[in-house]
Amino acid sequence: MSQPTLVIGNINWFRYASPQAFYPLAGAMIPWFAWAAALLCVAGLYVGFFVAPTDHQQGESYRIIFIHVAAAWMSMFIYLVMAFWAGVGLVFNTRLSGMMATALAPTGALFTFIALWTGALWGKPTWGAWWVWDARLTSELILLFLYFGFMALQAAIDEPRRADRAGAVLALVGVVNIPIIYYSVKWWNTLHQGASVNLTSAPTMAATMLAGMLLMALAAWMYSIAASLHRVRSIILERERSADWLVKYRHTAEP
Amino acid sequence: MNWASWSDFFAMGGYGLYVWGSYAVTAGLIAVEVIMLFVRRRNALSRVGAPAAGERP
Repeated sequence: MSQPTLVIGNINWFRYASPQAFYPLAGAMIPWFAWAAALLCVAGLYVGFFVAPTDHQQGESYRIIFIHVAAAWMSMFIYLVMAFWAGVGLVFNTRLSGMMATALAPTGALFTFIALWTGALWGKPTWGAWWVWDARLTSELILLFLYFGFMALQAAIDEPRRADRAGAVLALVGVVNIPIIYYSVKWWNTLHQGASVNLTSAPTMAATMLAGMLLMALAAWMYSIAASLHRVRSIILERERSADWLVKYRHTAEP
Repeated sequence: MNWASWSDFFAMGGYGLYVWGSYAVTAGLIAVEVIMLFVRRRNALSRVGAPAAGERP
């Protein structure tokens, strides 16, 4: 099978679109992202619990923010990246893109669940309710179902390339939910507070609180990259297990 | 420093259940994901060389 080519600046960018070339590259990247995640997490927790002051309205309950916001951002961002790779796979028919989309889904679902769980535990002391059927919470719950639907659909189809295409259609249709989640606090009356951070105005929180939140968000980002690269390597092993390059590679290098 | 003592730290101003309930479940789920990642990799590695899906052995 001939690979497509995209040559910019003397580098054929599709070279790394082959599982064979990407497998060792991903393996080399994982430790860097994993260590960055661990260090950022320690720094974020230190700032979050020992530097950031008590909130004058919510007391100590607000410290849930350091995981809640990081998880909620990642839940949406991972979905966009997943849909992007699914779409690339659909258009260019590159095998690795579909594998990448498949690898991202469980980590995205994990962060969506964490965002919902921590939101419930934050909602109870501040709103008096674990759950309300409001636009922000409901659209985030739909996001969790989109991840589950994507994974269930792919698991139900035996042939991997067909599973990739079917999953890609679902992932791309579901993208419409992301702006709905993001803007839900503006478009509808909601219990959920508005964005604490946006590009057009100064953050509405103390600098140390913001620092802790951003450190935790970066940690979640690095963790997601490490986890999905690790998973995509397993997917490559599963799908290419009878390929010559892999069988040979096992005997020549640490796999 | 925000906390006078460890018990003060664990109490979280009366919100200990909510704050630690959030952090404990998050840490537990991430630990489970990491374990599942390594299990999947070990299983996948042990099958390298076996016929691919849909192929007759």
